[in-house]
Amino acid sequence: MGPHGTWFDFIPGFKGLEGQLHGPLARTWTWQSLQATHFEITHMAIALLVVLLIAAGAAAYASSVRRLGDEAILPPAKLGTRAIFEGLADMVFGLLEGVMGAKNARKYLPFLGSFFVFILFANLISLIPGFRAPTDTLKTNFGLAVVVFLATHVLGFKEHGVHYLEQFTGHLPLKSPLIILVPLMFVIEVISHFIRPVILSIRLMANMFADHAVVSVFFGLVPLIVPVPLMLLGVFVSFVQALVFTLLSATYISLAVAHEEH
Amino acid sequence: MSRIFKLLPAAFTGAILFLASTAAFAADGTGGGGSRELGLAIGAGLAVGLAALGGGLGQGRSASAALEGIARNPQASGKIFTPMIIALALTESLVLLGFLIANGLSGKIGG
Repeated sequence: MGPHGTWFDFIPGFKGLEGQLHGPLARTWTWQSLQATHFEITHMAIALLVVLLIAAGAAAYASSVRRLGDEAILPPAKLGTRAIFEGLADMVFGLLEGVMGAKNARKYLPFLGSFFVFILFANLISLIPGFRAPTDTLKTNFGLAVVVFLATHVLGFKEHGVHYLEQFTGHLPLKSPLIILVPLMFVIEVISHFIRPVILSIRLMANMFADHAVVSVFFGLVPLIVPVPLMLLGVFVSFVQALVFTLLSATYISLAVAHEEH
Repeated sequence: MSRIFKLLPAAFTGAILFLASTAAFAADGTGGGGSRELGLAIGAGLAVGLAALGGGLGQGRSASAALEGIARNPQASGKIFTPMIIALALTESLVLLGFLIANGLSGKIGG
């Protein structure tokens, strides 16, 4: 098993499935920095595993809350599934509250919290030997970032209607002499909006890839004890990157739905 | 901080001299890869290197300001943490644009 091998390589028929899907799904064209990549479905399989794990955790949480009934409003005494999920939700809610206010945070917690939980567990699973983070390729991350991009603008149009387009022109009154700058501002704003998902996905990929590379290099040097501090650093990086993705998405959404106060 | 600024002109002079000398060498036509690939490789390295230099300075400044704030008022650390992370991420995004350019340039080498 090489540095990029996973447990999935041992599943019989996995490589065959990858070969079969290569025909209809693989990208053959190249453009600028989109060079030819090797097609693989490992990251999809691991992402699926992460989603199944989260779904199982959520089901365990729901059943424990239902079993406890009214007692569920008390914080859990022991560290279990319920304590972990409640702690995460509480932490994300606190952070979102700081960025977008209590009312919006309550509204967008399900959307942004799912991003946080998925990215966090996807990052953490790479610390188990024999697994890779699904977030260390651009394929997964760009999908996530495009969802954030679309959601930002859909929510913005939903909140403001056609007046949402004023955000791209700097909210200038019509009589202002600065109105001649509007075409320039519009172009700059549109470029900055389109660059956001690219940056969001590259940041996550670069950090997770670098973390995985560092751990694998030290694992190759001394497989015992020495990689442990780096893996602890990896836990920290996983948390911070999930947090950064969620916080930046929250910032973008709160900028899109915010009402200007004149 | 001031030492860095004193060193900057020297660094730029060195870089320009280096570039001029490599251009002169490339004009001889003795290089195997050709001057186009040489320029692409140097450009890619410089793009990500200078981006990391600027990003490192900027992130260091914002982190030091946040840490000073926390040292003055430790109870505000929770409130300082979120804006600090956002500021660090926004600084980092420009470095990543440099990385994008470098990636695009290095993709053209040998193409």
